[in-house]
Amino acid sequence: MSTKDTITLDGIPQQAQGQGYFLTSLDELVGMGRKNSLWPLPFATSCCGIEFMATMAAHYDLAQFGSERMSFSPRQADMLLVMGTIAKKMGPILRQVYTQMAEPKWVIAVGACATSGGIFDSYSVLQGIDKILPVDVYVPGCPPRPEQILEGIDKLRDLVHNEPLRRRNSPEYQQLLKSYGIDIK
Amino acid sequence: MDIQEVIDRLSQRFEGHIGNFEESYGLTTIQVRRAYIFEVIKYLKEDLSFNFLTDLCAIHFPDHEDEMRFAMVYHIHNLFENLRLRLRVFLPESDLEIDTMTPLFASANWQERETYDFFGVKFKGHPNLVRIMNMDEMEVFPMRKEFPMEDGGRVDKDDRFFGRTIHNE
Ligand code: SF4
Repeated sequence: MSTKDTITLDGIPQQAQGQGYFLTSLDELVGMGRKNSLWPLPFATSCCGIEFMATMAAHYDLAQFGSERMSFSPRQADMLLVMGTIAKKMGPILRQVYTQMAEPKWVIAVGACATSGGIFDSYSVLQGIDKILPVDVYVPGCPPRPEQILEGIDKLRDLVHNEPLRRRNSPEYQQLLKSYGIDIK
Repeated sequence: MDIQEVIDRLSQRFEGHIGNFEESYGLTTIQVRRAYIFEVIKYLKEDLSFNFLTDLCAIHFPDHEDEMRFAMVYHIHNLFENLRLRLRVFLPESDLEIDTMTPLFASANWQERETYDFFGVKFKGHPNLVRIMNMDEMEVFPMRKEFPMEDGGRVDKDDRFFGRTIHNE
């Protein structure tokens, strides 16, 4: 579970400020904006997807992090949540969904199956989605409880917040995508 | 009509081509020669009212000699009298082919595709015999016993945690 023991509210970015103005970096400002409105694309193929439904619903309330709008179009989403067993036949479809998402985009692998194939060590199951696309956060569990999914999303929000604006243009990032054979212009 | 009557009428009609009647778990099983399976099922359907093809699938016996290395099994059900029958046909690995049942039962279409997909049995006369479950690029028939069930690409598995070493050490 979360290592934070108190809940803090997002304030304005801590930089130079005074009455009527404050100065901050663009990175900081954009990061704050992005992290508080991640649009999730749920890619649920099996049991873990059920846990995500609970995560979205009123009790666990994913909306508290600004993610209430499930985007079922990859073109309007920036957080891909892969929940469930991905059969090898599903692999190309998942990849297509990923490549259709606009940058910046992040991926969470929810559950043992999406992370590593889980109990399905079998000829027909992809042994972890990181074989076909880059993953930012892994949520362990079979299935993970909604709290764990929330924590995964919380971890991702930290990543999003601290991501430099230029990262997606950096040679390292291009190299990463290239190593997955994902073509970018 | 009871199952004995079905057997009697079948034996009369297809003498010499069916045999090995046996009963296991309350289900009567008949072995049929490959060339007659279509006729037998047609007769069962049209004359003995076995109007429902419950299931069809293949079995692989890697230890049998070539002539009997594969078997096709048909489960067929008479819904009027609630009679069930199991038909078994042995196929040689060198000539893995059998008549399709699609002219009799439309439901055989996908089941035969599945059997082809997993065992490589070819169905003569099937309208669209292509893989149904696995990836089209797959080159093997994964339910054959020689094919390893586990994915070779798995790196995180430690045999100690799966009961595969003697003292788990
Ligand atoms: S990790 Fe477990 S719960 Fe999640 S999809 Fe796989 S089998 Fe189902």
